[in-house]
Amino acid sequence: MTLAVDVRHRLGAFTLEAAFESAGRLTALFGHSGSGKTTLVNLIAGLQRPDAGRIAIDGRTLVDTAARRFVPVHRRRVGYVFQDARLFPHLTVRQNLAYGRLFAPRAERWADVPRIVELLGIGPLLDRRPGRLSGGEKQRVAIARALAASPRLMLMDEPLASLDEPRKAEILPYIERLRDDAGIPIVYVSHAIAEVARLATDVVVLAAGRLVASGAAAPVFARLDLAAPEERDETATLVEAVLESQDEPFALSVLRSAGGLWRVPRIDAPPGTPMRARLRARDVMLALDRPERISALNVLPAVVRWVVAAPEAADALVGLDAGGDSLLARVTRQTVVSLSLAPGTPVWAVVKAVSFDRANLPGRIPAPGLAPTGSGTRS
Amino acid sequence: MEWLRLSPDEWTAVHLSIRVSTWATLVSLPFGLAVAWVLARRDFPGKAVLNGLVHLPLILPPVVTGYILLLTMGRRGPVGGFLDEHFGIVFAFRWTGAALACGIMAFPLLVRAIRLSIEAVDRRLEAAAGTLGASPPLVFLTVTLPLILPGVIAGMILTFAKAMGEFGATITFVSNIPGETQTLPSAIYTFTQVPGGGAGALRLTLVSIAIAMTALIASEMLARRISRSMDLA
Repeated sequence: MTLAVDVRHRLGAFTLEAAFESAGRLTALFGHSGSGKTTLVNLIAGLQRPDAGRIAIDGRTLVDTAARRFVPVHRRRVGYVFQDARLFPHLTVRQNLAYGRLFAPRAERWADVPRIVELLGIGPLLDRRPGRLSGGEKQRVAIARALAASPRLMLMDEPLASLDEPRKAEILPYIERLRDDAGIPIVYVSHAIAEVARLATDVVVLAAGRLVASGAAAPVFARLDLAAPEERDETATLVEAVLESQDEPFALSVLRSAGGLWRVPRIDAPPGTPMRARLRARDVMLALDRPERISALNVLPAVVRWVVAAPEAADALVGLDAGGDSLLARVTRQTVVSLSLAPGTPVWAVVKAVSFDRANLPGRIPAPGLAPTGSGTRS
Repeated sequence: MEWLRLSPDEWTAVHLSIRVSTWATLVSLPFGLAVAWVLARRDFPGKAVLNGLVHLPLILPPVVTGYILLLTMGRRGPVGGFLDEHFGIVFAFRWTGAALACGIMAFPLLVRAIRLSIEAVDRRLEAAAGTLGASPPLVFLTVTLPLILPGVIAGMILTFAKAMGEFGATITFVSNIPGETQTLPSAIYTFTQVPGGGAGALRLTLVSIAIAMTALIASEMLARRISRSMDLA
């Protein structure tokens, strides 16, 4: 799928001007409040008409002002998940889903509603009314409803912005599954670096209505990271893990993730509890040889996926794949040169157990008290 | 309690009133929905004029409204003559004319109730329905209409109640013919004009109160049931 956008749209004193193409599975529209993200999504959905320009999906024109072509919103077959779920209050969850399915042309109905219900874990909610759902549940139903319409493209406008951290952590895995399993391209609006870092394959960055950068997620994301110094200390990734065992004498807990074992300060939970550990980029050290006799308890093998650094900055950001866990490490640019870090370089990621301080401690999923995931959130 | 029993003529007046009010309510409903929607959702030159026209019967003396109806909708009036000639529809001095007068007198109340509920509808829900593939008419039928239902019902009850009590415009337009245009208020008025009519006036007054109360309670229960089903209560 290729989404091609080239539009100009004026709203009072604000002008949105953006041209980009994206073929990513999940394209993040990133920018601060008022940068024009929602306007852009509304233009793609057909809820607003651009002053000038063209938008096409896979060469199928949705709007082209020069050719006087405008496909109305209900014929675009674009699934839209709004920030405020916008479920129909007069219908049950089941009926909301049926409503989504109702208007899709028979020949183009690919959506398997029972599977969507399962994917989003909303089976127990089907007979309830939206008024009786929590914020996280509403958002999951809204995603399911948009999917049930068998859309060609999903638009998600800050679907997590109105939720607290535990609810965000509850929904993020579903969006990841959507991206990886459902095979439908997603345009995801966010102003939270952590969300973008976790979800995006491609990124489009907007600032004050202008396109700042677009392209594959890793380099663009790193540029964002470098461009937002106030958030750099909090740039982090999340490691999905399960509590493996307790190391009572030393008051430590052992977590198992795809990449291996992690020792963290003791967590009161039975073995087998799913956990999510937040790991800040600045807490991850890199070594070319396996360090011996070192104080840090966590040493895991990893491979460098990408390295980005601005020429004038002291530091660089390194994306790592540690046996399936995606990690970030902030190192100096000098280190990148002296260790010859490049995509494919095998390294050892070194993390002190005490990096998982109180604020970063993982928690049960989904339960309150989770480690914050939206470090970049500014609402 | 014997004095409470209605005479056949009084029963006729009660039946006629209910028939007139029911027709007035049902026939004005689609027009009320359309006008309310236009006033709530559309901007056009002359919107203030339309709004004024709709509300006119509320402000004008009912007798004036009745007289205007007589001039325009009477058999020799421009509209009335046309309808009589081409469709065989006659309003003057018929119960249909009473229904027309009642419908017009109650129209501002109907439009107002529906317009307010349309304005209260979260338009973002309609936008969401559009993204799910519903065309604008389908959005109205499947989202807007269910959401404004309590307002529509309230408007219909108001219309019905107003029609039951309409007097001035009706008597001016279609007169006070027993069995044809003599509705409850006209009948009560007639009773008060003859010696010994006090008992009849009182009986019909009690009937009026009973019908009004029943309508009000029914609408309350219906509205509560709808809002409970939407979890808005």
